[in-house]
Amino acid sequence: MKNHSIFRYGFLLEQLVKRNFNTKYRQSVLGVLWSFLNPMLTMAVQYIVFSALFQSDIAHFPVYLLSGIILFGFFNECVSLGMDSIVLNGPLITKVAMPKIIYPLSRSLSSLINLVISFVPLLAVMLFSGAPFSWALLLIPAVTALLFLFALGMTLILCTLNVFFRDTRFLWSVVSLLWTYATPIFYPISIIPPPWQPVFRLNPMYQFIDFLRTITIHGACPAPAQWGMCIACAVIPLAAGILIFRRNEDKFVFHL
Amino acid sequence: MAQPMVEVSHITMDFRMDKNRTTNLKEYVVNALTGRTNIAMFHALDDVSFTVEKGSVTGLIGHNGAGKSTILKVISGIYKPTSGTVTVHGRVVPMLELGSGFDAELTGRENILLNGAILGYPKAFLYSKLDEIIEYSELGDFIRMPLKTYSSGMLARLAFSIATVVKPDVLIVDEILSVGDEHFQRKSRARMMELMSGGTTVLFVSHNLAQLRQMCDRVIWIDHGKVRAAGDTQAVCDAYEEQA
Repeated sequence: MKNHSIFRYGFLLEQLVKRNFNTKYRQSVLGVLWSFLNPMLTMAVQYIVFSALFQSDIAHFPVYLLSGIILFGFFNECVSLGMDSIVLNGPLITKVAMPKIIYPLSRSLSSLINLVISFVPLLAVMLFSGAPFSWALLLIPAVTALLFLFALGMTLILCTLNVFFRDTRFLWSVVSLLWTYATPIFYPISIIPPPWQPVFRLNPMYQFIDFLRTITIHGACPAPAQWGMCIACAVIPLAAGILIFRRNEDKFVFHL
Repeated sequence: MAQPMVEVSHITMDFRMDKNRTTNLKEYVVNALTGRTNIAMFHALDDVSFTVEKGSVTGLIGHNGAGKSTILKVISGIYKPTSGTVTVHGRVVPMLELGSGFDAELTGRENILLNGAILGYPKAFLYSKLDEIIEYSELGDFIRMPLKTYSSGMLARLAFSIATVVKPDVLIVDEILSVGDEHFQRKSRARMMELMSGGTTVLFVSHNLAQLRQMCDRVIWIDHGKVRAAGDTQAVCDAYEEQA
């Protein structure tokens, strides 16, 4: 069976996403509410801790916080669960032939659903804190899509590496922690010493979060340069991810 | 002559064996820096060629480690051969290990859909076959229970039902004709016979010579990664028995 078209496996993708969703919520009392509660609780804690420090500098601080928490939370979940997707499905990959990209892809799509759900509390907090509701909000799907492509690209790179080197996971937990602190989630980028700021702006996660904040806090459409940066931050890692994954996927089966 | 269903031509399969068993980045870097690489090649298959005709039943025999399962995995598309080509005209359903695509948390019904999807069947087709699969498996009300409540015999029955009710073009079987209890074994054997007479091409590995003699049109003897003999079932089985 040489025709391993992804489209022929659309139903498998649907089934795998459904499985991720069901197994996540089936045995929890709160169910889907978790997708609301998790970012809200994180926001509440960070708000209490940091509001005295940064609130005067930042308009609509709860919205500022939650925009960052939601996007970074998605990225973290998507990559850390996705990087194990090939290894965890090893028993299957060694017994049935199929397009292997289905596993990281279905995992990332499941996280995407969570992200979309968590926009509900974001809108609620916007309403509560009096942030502007403008037409710019219609751009939320755009930033969501770009961030998704970036996260998928990173997932593809890391899940490939994880097949060959199982300590990738431990390495990644350190990297992701550093990445969290290097991203202006609860602090403004203005507290970074000016010579370092251009370096911090190279962080793709900063670009996506800043894009969302332009929409939610300023109610404005991001400038063309910001669009350019976000598109580049999505497309380049995705292309790299697909390339690395394709180059190596035939070898996975020997390392599982 | 019947048309070929599976064409295997000049397949060679080499496995790289890393004797250091490097599985982490740290060791890899250390080995690369100190120049300590220790890689051996294992030739699992060496220039194997054969064709399987449409609707035929072909058996593979050979001692353990001869490369039979490797051949099945190459034909199933799980291994990409080092060189050579495999052409399969139709849909292959590998039954290499029953229930390898099951999820213990999901119900029997959900697992039928998941497993069918893994085998690459479209949604509408699976929904149309769902009742037939459930009925064939004889699981009754258990079909609505999560798989973790199943016994191993029940699991095997469900897996066998999925793999065969969908009537694949090519069925690849690795030693599993002993599924479930006496009753279900008889039923599964009858099912295999029905599939074979109904045009499904079957390729299977077995150590049970009596079974091979009874079921196969043709037998291929694999020895140390090469085709030692191929052809008439009785003749090849006799030769194999004599040598063993």
